[in-house]
Amino acid sequence: MKINDVILRTVVKGVVFIILTLGVYLFFSGHNAPGGGFIGGLVLGSGIVLLYITYDLETVHRKMPFDFKKVAALGVLLATGSAIGAIFFDAPFLSQTDIYYTFPILGEKHLTTVTIFEAGVALTVIGTLVTIILSISEDE
Amino acid sequence: MESLMMILIGVLVTVGTYLVLSRNLIRVILGTAVLSHAVHLLILTMGGLKKGAVPLLSQSEGPFTDALPQALILTAIVISFATTAFLLVLAYRTYKTNGSDDLQELRGMSDE
Amino acid sequence: MNNLLVVPLIIPIITAVLLVFLREQIMLQRIISFITMIFISIISFLLLNFVQTDGIIRLDFGGWIPPFGILFVADSFSLLLVLTANVLTTICLLYAFSTIGERHEKMFFYPFVLFLIAGVNGSFLTGDVFNLFVCFEVMLLASYVLVALGGKKRQLRESLKYVIINVVASWMFLIALAFLYGTVKTLNMAHIAQRVAEVGQDPVLTTVAILFLIVFSLKAGLLLFFWLPGSYSVPPTVVQALFAALLTKVGIYALIRTFTLMFPLNQDVTHTIIGVMAGITLIAGCMGALSGRDIYTIATYNVIIGVGFILIGLAVGTESALTGAIYYLIHDMLAKALLFLLVGMMFYVSGESVVKKMSGLIQNYPLFGWIYFLVMLALAGIPPLSGFMGKVLIGQGAIENGSYVLLAIGFASSIIVLYSLLRIFLASFYGETTISYEDRKPIPRGAYVAFVLLALSIVCVGVGAESLAIYVKDAAKTLMNPSIYIDAILKG
Repeated sequence: MKINDVILRTVVKGVVFIILTLGVYLFFSGHNAPGGGFIGGLVLGSGIVLLYITYDLETVHRKMPFDFKKVAALGVLLATGSAIGAIFFDAPFLSQTDIYYTFPILGEKHLTTVTIFEAGVALTVIGTLVTIILSISEDE
Repeated sequence: MESLMMILIGVLVTVGTYLVLSRNLIRVILGTAVLSHAVHLLILTMGGLKKGAVPLLSQSEGPFTDALPQALILTAIVISFATTAFLLVLAYRTYKTNGSDDLQELRGMSDE
Repeated sequence: MNNLLVVPLIIPIITAVLLVFLREQIMLQRIISFITMIFISIISFLLLNFVQTDGIIRLDFGGWIPPFGILFVADSFSLLLVLTANVLTTICLLYAFSTIGERHEKMFFYPFVLFLIAGVNGSFLTGDVFNLFVCFEVMLLASYVLVALGGKKRQLRESLKYVIINVVASWMFLIALAFLYGTVKTLNMAHIAQRVAEVGQDPVLTTVAILFLIVFSLKAGLLLFFWLPGSYSVPPTVVQALFAALLTKVGIYALIRTFTLMFPLNQDVTHTIIGVMAGITLIAGCMGALSGRDIYTIATYNVIIGVGFILIGLAVGTESALTGAIYYLIHDMLAKALLFLLVGMMFYVSGESVVKKMSGLIQNYPLFGWIYFLVMLALAGIPPLSGFMGKVLIGQGAIENGSYVLLAIGFASSIIVLYSLLRIFLASFYGETTISYEDRKPIPRGAYVAFVLLALSIVCVGVGAESLAIYVKDAAKTLMNPSIYIDAILKG
């Protein structure tokens, strides 16, 4: 039996963008306020899972042809890479650094290597979350 | 406040233990999740509940709140997230292949 | 230089992640993982020698000076174990190449072995209790996957129990950490040791210590080993060997570290409890090994006996006993890995796991049979093989300390070990073979290489005990005098 999911589909079309935006916002706000890679990744991941629930696997997969195991792996690589990068600058492992840089239009921004680490965390979380949900739902 | 937290933790541990001891697999997993919440609260309480200012040197003169318990809890949450997720997948697979989610039936025979 | 310390943790992780992208290229996966393991082994050997000349080295992550940040600490004890673990994992990989099968290799077998070894190395090297918890979890998550990989009916069932028990054990670890943090307000091991020494080990701290004891006993299989025989008998042979060699030993390492460094003051209570637990473990393990009818049961109970014996060394707590415990730990890692590989190969060639249903294996596979004989002698502690030094020194320590009961149980257990393994040898290897030489199932060459290398390392550890002594003595000295460790971290 196919359930009538018109409401779900219509709502999700709007809501997913809000969720994804919130995820990105949380990710960047983690710099100086509550938020960060883990939470941002969770929100982004749940947005993607919502897409998978609403539409079927193939439809979503056509639009987002990622292997989420590899997304997680890429995340770990990014995080460990930013940690190990410090070694090449003769600083202790996991050292981070930051600068203030003035962009032409955006103005002065605070740039940190922690952001790379956090991006890695976020990708890992998204990858694991989606992989787990998919591995439960895939068969049948 | 601390004693209130302790009572809450006690309740959570009670509920968690009850769930872990049941025969249904999903209940056991939920039980471990509840137990991990309890211990996160315990770490928070043992570190001392909020007494001072935000631990940023530039923003106030002190005394500061100890930020370490929160860092520990975040790590613990991530780890318990990973293990719970893995347990759920494993439980589902076990249910699929063994055809049962009752731990009594999953005991296994000694003659196998 | 100090940054080298993180190599045993970070390189396996990075390699494991890279291997995820090479899922289909099995040959490449094998080569890369093998080279990685050799590389880490070399690095840990270099570090071990470096520690001998320069003393304990440490690496403060992110430049946070102790006791504020997380740190890695390398003394001889941890590096000896790191080196042994990496060497035997390298050899086990050789065995895996020819036996594990394509299905496992495509299901990320090598990445998870590398994650496992990363967790193990991290647990040995860390100098922070919470970081120890994290490394434990990395190791355990990898081990959960490795137990369940393959997805057979029985495997899934046993792995579920294994995971749930370990989740509860980790939960108790967190409780112990919470109370520890509540009482001493620090998580750096050296700093904890200093604070405990300052205020004295009051009843609260002793309770926390006992909580740690329970947690690590669950992981090490000390008394609380009820989960061990079931979950160690289901995964593929290589995984069994790695588990038998590494997982329980990490628990033992944590126990020794905790009770020599952090809570050494109330020995009347803690060390007595450890002694009683070790004694009961030995007796129960012997009963299991005697009553077992199939080779897997006998082998797993031998792991439990090994755990009990090493912890006699800790319970006695004199310098010679600890030296013996370290020797025996190294020996046990190598010998148990070899024992499990051999047992798995017995099952592979005969298709049987019950002792009495096999016979005459040595006629078809002479080298295989003699290597089994060798590891049996080593486990029983016959000189000049690797088990001898450990047994003698632990025995000497027990006499110095007057723990005659533990001494008697310990040496009686050696005889039981010999008996239980000899029974397999007489029934399964000796006697008339039922399969003719032509019909025998050939043993893969990679497996032979692994057997010979492990057997060689057992002989080397036994014969070369003298040259190993500098490292082991230094390790035991640091364990006996925690102030060396504390000073290296908090001063300078």
